[in-house]
Amino acid sequence: MIESRELSVVIGRKQIISGVAFEARPREITAIVGPNGSGKTTLMRAISGDLPYGGSVTINGAEVSGLKPWQAAAMRAVLPQATALSFPFTVREIVRLGLAGGRSGVLPGEDARLPDRALARVDLDGFAGRFYQELSGGEQQRVQLARVLCQVWTPMLEGRPRFLLLDEPVSSLDIRHQLIIMDIARDFARRGGGVVAILHDLNLTAMYADSVHVVHRGRLAASGTPAAVLTDEIIEKVFECRLKVGAPPADGTPYVLPHSAIA
Amino acid sequence: MSGAANDRVAVSGPAEPLEGDRTARARTVILLLAAALGVTILLSLASGASDASALAVIGGWISGGAGDAVLSARDTIIVQDIRMPRVALGCLIGAALAVSGAVMQGLFRNPLADPGLVGVSGGAALGAVSMIVLGTTAFRPATALLGIYALPLAAFLGGLAVTLLLYRVSTRRGQTSVATMLLAGIALAALAGALTGVLVFMADDRQLRDLTFWNLGSLAGATWTKAMAVAPVIAAALATAPFLARGLNALALGEATASHLGIPVQRCKHVAIVAVAAATGVSVAVSGGIGFVGIVVPHLLRLIIGPDNRYLLPASALLGGTLLILADSVSRTIVAPAELPIGIVTAVAGAPFFLWILLRKRGVVDL
Repeated sequence: MIESRELSVVIGRKQIISGVAFEARPREITAIVGPNGSGKTTLMRAISGDLPYGGSVTINGAEVSGLKPWQAAAMRAVLPQATALSFPFTVREIVRLGLAGGRSGVLPGEDARLPDRALARVDLDGFAGRFYQELSGGEQQRVQLARVLCQVWTPMLEGRPRFLLLDEPVSSLDIRHQLIIMDIARDFARRGGGVVAILHDLNLTAMYADSVHVVHRGRLAASGTPAAVLTDEIIEKVFECRLKVGAPPADGTPYVLPHSAIA
Repeated sequence: MSGAANDRVAVSGPAEPLEGDRTARARTVILLLAAALGVTILLSLASGASDASALAVIGGWISGGAGDAVLSARDTIIVQDIRMPRVALGCLIGAALAVSGAVMQGLFRNPLADPGLVGVSGGAALGAVSMIVLGTTAFRPATALLGIYALPLAAFLGGLAVTLLLYRVSTRRGQTSVATMLLAGIALAALAGALTGVLVFMADDRQLRDLTFWNLGSLAGATWTKAMAVAPVIAAALATAPFLARGLNALALGEATASHLGIPVQRCKHVAIVAVAAATGVSVAVSGGIGFVGIVVPHLLRLIIGPDNRYLLPASALLGGTLLILADSVSRTIVAPAELPIGIVTAVAGAPFFLWILLRKRGVVDL
């Protein structure tokens, strides 16, 4: 369980987020949505332990700011929005870095096979020998996800859930790979782990998320199930768009049909 | 860690190396480099301005002096007390410079970073030049007290001072900004250079000759005392490599990601900075400015074995040692019986080589 109380982050002199009460449960995909600059990534970075914060954030009961890097690394893996790489590493060498903490969760001897298995899962079979810098943006994003998967290969470690923190995991992917990646997240949650994902695609959010936090101007504007949160009223106000939210009769999953931006 | 795991897979699984895994190649290259270093050391002991035979001297040791070889005292002295400390010093300093370069490049995530670039060498040079020029006046108490150790100590302190200042400038709330550090380093290098210039301006003719020779770099003054003085410092700096390698690999993905992977990033950076300052300071103190080893050696090795620091750091140490011994052999034989400063040899060989690498890779690798 990831939980925050009265969470606030100040960068320079600017208050980026304040008073955030956030919750991400194991066995669930928790989506963070909101317009550009609303504070989604800052919230994610505070949860990841990258930023000093006010208030409190805990992972499985442990205060994030008090965790040593290797302790935090055993509890959660983080996929950043963009990763710059210096030096010509091969794809295998990058994915293998996910094993640096030594807490993948499989037997030590099986570690060496994880990069291949992780690459297969993100649909990059046969890419292990390629140079990372020669891949397309979407391929690079999937290599990074494979690295993240290696770090927390088993969704549970010593009986406790582990978390995937994904900042826009599908932002540069085609629709097929968006679905593949979200299926990996869902599978991770079904096997006992927790997933926190910043998403821009509200329909993907509706399809996959178990709970949604809407961030607006550094605060949580709404939290709850997709059906409760993705309403005409909330979405129009937060995203400043005219749109129509509908729900097909079969399973009630809402869908968002945008019309126009509000000038 | 994962290298060992690969071995287990290789035993139970297919024999061919995993695609994209350069571990096996890196290990082969390290073995070859170790062999090359051994050969270079022997060749270097056997060659020089005098025709003293190193083989005879070594043969004499092995047989405990009871063999047929009749050694002249002169040959023994030349090999044991002149060539050997010089080869040992060349090996140590070459390894120190190459590993310092590789560590600095990993730390700054920039293949052009080098202790020379961020002012560490400049600070060390300033320390040494102060001692040469002011040793008989302002720093007289220091020279009186420390004798021949005054110069190395001053150089070391200069390098350390620049490193600490650099760190102070670029660290806020426990976070070091690499960009600020790089820029501050360039400024500090310029400042150290300017102050060194002032001291050179003040120097008299005899001091100027000392300065010029020292500044171009030379191993000519090598003694066992010097070699033994620098050996522990360089050995300690090199001993941090296994700890640093893992951290530097993760740092290639950025500081935040390295931390997410479980690397204690701040500690790793501190160790890297102190190790580089110590190794560079001591090297500059003993041999002056020897350029290009720290840039060319890691760069060349990355082309062959890839950027994995677990293999890059030991390979850099071996190749750096080998190349500096070779450069020193050239410097003491090419104009024999006179000697060319070794810094000239490394620059003349290193600079065009580095340009060639840049031209060849231009547009392919983003520097």
